[in-house]
Amino acid sequence: MLFTSYSFIGFITAVFIIYYLFPKKYQWCFLLAASYVFYFLASPSYLLFIGTTTVTVWLLGRKMETLRVRQETFLKEKKGQISREEKKAFKSQIKKQKWKWLLLGLLVNLGILAVLKYTNFAIANFNGFLSMIGSTKQLSFVNLVLPMGISFYTFQALGYLIDVYRGTCHAEKNLFRLALFVSFFPQLVQGPISRYSDLAASLYTPHRFDARTVSYGLYRILWGYFKKLVIADRILAAVNTIIQNPEVYQGAFVLVGMLFYAFELYADFTGGIDITIGIAQTMGITVKENFIRPYFSKNIKEYWNRWHISMGTWFTDYIFYPISVCKPMLKLSTFSRKHFGDAIGKRVPVYLSAFAVWLATGVWHGASWNFIAWGLTNYVVIMVSQELQPLYSRFHARFHLNEKRGYGVFEIIRTILLMSCIRLFDCYRDVPLTFRMFANMFTQFRLSDLTAEAFLGLGLSAADYALLFVSLLIVLSVSIAQERIEAAAKSAASGNTAVNAAETEKNSAVQEKMPAAEKGVVRGVRDRIFAGAVETPPRCASADIQPEGRGCHPARAARACDAENASRFAGAAAWKYILFAALVIVVVVFGAYGIGYDQTQFIYNQF
Amino acid sequence: MEALLEILEDLHPEVDFETCTTLVDEKIIDSFDIVTIIAEINEEYDVVIPAEEIVPENFNSAKALYDLILRLEDED
Amino acid sequence: MNKNTKKFPRWLLPAFLTAAAVLAILFFLQLLFLPKYMSDIPEGAMVAEYYGETTDHEVIFVGDCEVYENFSPITLYENYGITSYIRGSAQQLAWQSYYLLEDTLRYETPEVVVFNVLALKYDEPQSEAYNRMTLDGMKWSPAKIGAIRASMTEDESFLDYLFPILRYHSRWSDVSGEDIKYLFSRDKVSHNGYYMRVDVRPVDSFPEPDVLADYTLGSNAMSYLDRMRVLCEENDIELVLVKSPSLYPYWYDEWDEQIVEYAEEHGLYYFNYIDLADEVGIDYSADTYDAGLHLNLSGAEKLSDYFGAWLSETFDLTDYREDEEYSAVYAEKIAFYEEMEAAQYQELEEYGEIVSY
Repeated sequence: MLFTSYSFIGFITAVFIIYYLFPKKYQWCFLLAASYVFYFLASPSYLLFIGTTTVTVWLLGRKMETLRVRQETFLKEKKGQISREEKKAFKSQIKKQKWKWLLLGLLVNLGILAVLKYTNFAIANFNGFLSMIGSTKQLSFVNLVLPMGISFYTFQALGYLIDVYRGTCHAEKNLFRLALFVSFFPQLVQGPISRYSDLAASLYTPHRFDARTVSYGLYRILWGYFKKLVIADRILAAVNTIIQNPEVYQGAFVLVGMLFYAFELYADFTGGIDITIGIAQTMGITVKENFIRPYFSKNIKEYWNRWHISMGTWFTDYIFYPISVCKPMLKLSTFSRKHFGDAIGKRVPVYLSAFAVWLATGVWHGASWNFIAWGLTNYVVIMVSQELQPLYSRFHARFHLNEKRGYGVFEIIRTILLMSCIRLFDCYRDVPLTFRMFANMFTQFRLSDLTAEAFLGLGLSAADYALLFVSLLIVLSVSIAQERIEAAAKSAASGNTAVNAAETEKNSAVQEKMPAAEKGVVRGVRDRIFAGAVETPPRCASADIQPEGRGCHPARAARACDAENASRFAGAAAWKYILFAALVIVVVVFGAYGIGYDQTQFIYNQF
Repeated sequence: MEALLEILEDLHPEVDFETCTTLVDEKIIDSFDIVTIIAEINEEYDVVIPAEEIVPENFNSAKALYDLILRLEDED
Repeated sequence: MNKNTKKFPRWLLPAFLTAAAVLAILFFLQLLFLPKYMSDIPEGAMVAEYYGETTDHEVIFVGDCEVYENFSPITLYENYGITSYIRGSAQQLAWQSYYLLEDTLRYETPEVVVFNVLALKYDEPQSEAYNRMTLDGMKWSPAKIGAIRASMTEDESFLDYLFPILRYHSRWSDVSGEDIKYLFSRDKVSHNGYYMRVDVRPVDSFPEPDVLADYTLGSNAMSYLDRMRVLCEENDIELVLVKSPSLYPYWYDEWDEQIVEYAEEHGLYYFNYIDLADEVGIDYSADTYDAGLHLNLSGAEKLSDYFGAWLSETFDLTDYREDEEYSAVYAEKIAFYEEMEAAQYQELEEYGEIVSY
């Protein structure tokens, strides 16, 4: 069921209605049933795989939990009776057993993923090797099912298992509750890869219908459909024309294709995640953000902290850190310090672990060399810019260029271009071709090729281009607004930090748990819309009262502010309805769906 | 503590590590820094910080990090 | 707080109003985006035009272009006083003809129904575009729902018919003056369902017909012929089967035999006018406007005259030329007919071809 199909919209409407009619205590059971129906409709055979992953991860989690409890009771009972050495020995013995179970879980589940996703890739490479050594024998490819979203749910489940192993989260007692965590349907298609500790909090708790939360969710869903249907699925035609005809579209058009793809991928992926988060929000469930306006990043490292965050942090927490702090690595670091000096020794853990992460990231994206090359190119670029950092600092210290406003824009554009170039691997899906086209972009670059006729030949009309341009402006202004609002909220919060750090911490925790659901607090564009402050900021905006309001009597201050603004907003309150209506109409009219357009799955569904 | 501050200041001379309590939350130090810090601590204190201890609470301030080192030393 | 406001949350009314406003705007946009089929492809407007009829008809034609370009109801009236209407549309498939007949019976019960058998060669839904031209114009009724269900190709969705804006929204960039002019009403484009063309393009030659693996007419299509027959029997209507004298698409002898057999089995009349072309007087060098696919006005009038003679001989049909109400209505129709004929001849003279019809 595509997110953009009528049946999906019917499905989520039905789920939404039944969810709130259901006895509150059993809402999560209904969600589990809905998720399995969703997966069953995709293909009944998929259930076998997700079922296996769920059951093994649950069982192993329970095993580890038992060990943890045993350790706890042992240490409690023997408190003061045993020596530190005995305590340590017992602990390490428990840890060893837990490790055994974890390893089993990793092997089984990564094994399933590897077999289903990478068998044919291995066969292809083996065949290549055979013909290289002159053998005429070839292995034939196998026909395997690839369950929808397997990369996403496997990682999500394993993240949970590792957390249990580390003791950072408790093992779920109830198999069915864990099953919901693994299969929560809005996330199945393309993530995000939620953490148990983030998602579980709101996934199982009863939710009463709250008009504000629901309408925020609906706004989010609509915004996602706008990006997916109006932008991504429309520009898709031009992107495909360019990248599928590399012999025709060369030089300047490689650049055009690259930039169009950047726009498409952004709209497609963030739009899909908007829909996912929005659906969850309409049911009171908080899914952690997966993007923080990545195209405003000023360098590639920042980009990776703002793009597909759930995947990035997964790799950081579960691959990068374990590898870089494991004993052999530290030993290697010490060894290198001794023999090659501090400068190299210090870099060894970072370089090796980052290499592993980017290799794994590449492989995770797909079973082919272009993704591996893509991952490693990211690695190289990140490392090079890391090494150039001191040089930049010296440069800026001397010329103060970074203090100029325009420099930030330059950095942003540089990052977008750089990331787009790396993404050529994703476009052409063929490593040598990508290198050829990359070179071709420079050698064959002729501005005169970019004629109006040539653009119209890409399968988009002048009206389509106009629409895309306006959409770009809309997305850009919403992003800028969101960026500013968050920056303002952040500076307000940090003004507080010195006074009361604990308070801020609590606030940021609340912020994560219930994004924008509190009345009167401006944390995003939707808050502005709901405050009726679209055109002109109100005299007494909630944002203004935040710094001083938070410390002592936030509620009273907010109420006073509300009262003051109430009359001003009486008419302006209509804005949230008007904008919502406008967005619905825009999506219905300008969406690229139905006859004449190919229905397309999200790009990230294939990974 | 002195040695730890030295390690940190070596990485980011521009940061006042004695007062800052949002090193991770404000993205002042990133994952590369953390790994480097862990390796340095290993050198300096002979303490291994395991992956499960790499959480923002332990790295948000020099004080928290130092407490962590003491705790791990104690457990050793 | 009184009880009412507690029961109905504050957002309910604005939300309801917003929903109503969205639906109203979308409905208006739907009217705007629906293809009007006025200056271009008038075939698309013909199914809806039927509902504007003020008088009943004793003969109803159902079928594809082989009826709506080859039979002229005006000629039938002028020569024999027969009132007739063609419920035809481009590539109208057997099930669409069946449901259009069902639809027609909601308004009137004719004496005779004439079905052109060419469509029986198609056993499955064919083309979304033609489906829309046939189905969009139908008024909502169980017949329309049945027609949609029977006609949809794999890519189509019932919702696209229920809310045509979902289908035609992509016309936002093609909206023209015509869409605004015909927002609420359409012009007449046909003459009781007849699509007039006066130009001539003689028959040249056709490609050799393909050899088919199987000459059996599809069971799905034939089942709708059967349903049509039963429907006519139930309503006391005579069903007449015809094959128009269009030369292409090729009408195989094997197919013809099956129709002959079917007609015999059920006691129906069946005429294959390709075989009878000489007797009708069709001159393929003058009576077709597209080299034999469709007849032009002169061909259609010849065929109608021939067929009308048979109709009035065979069935007990009323001569409505003597009826006051009818003759007034038909006087207008005839005027429109002659007007269009003259206009087309004038275009032919001016441009050498027909441009606006």
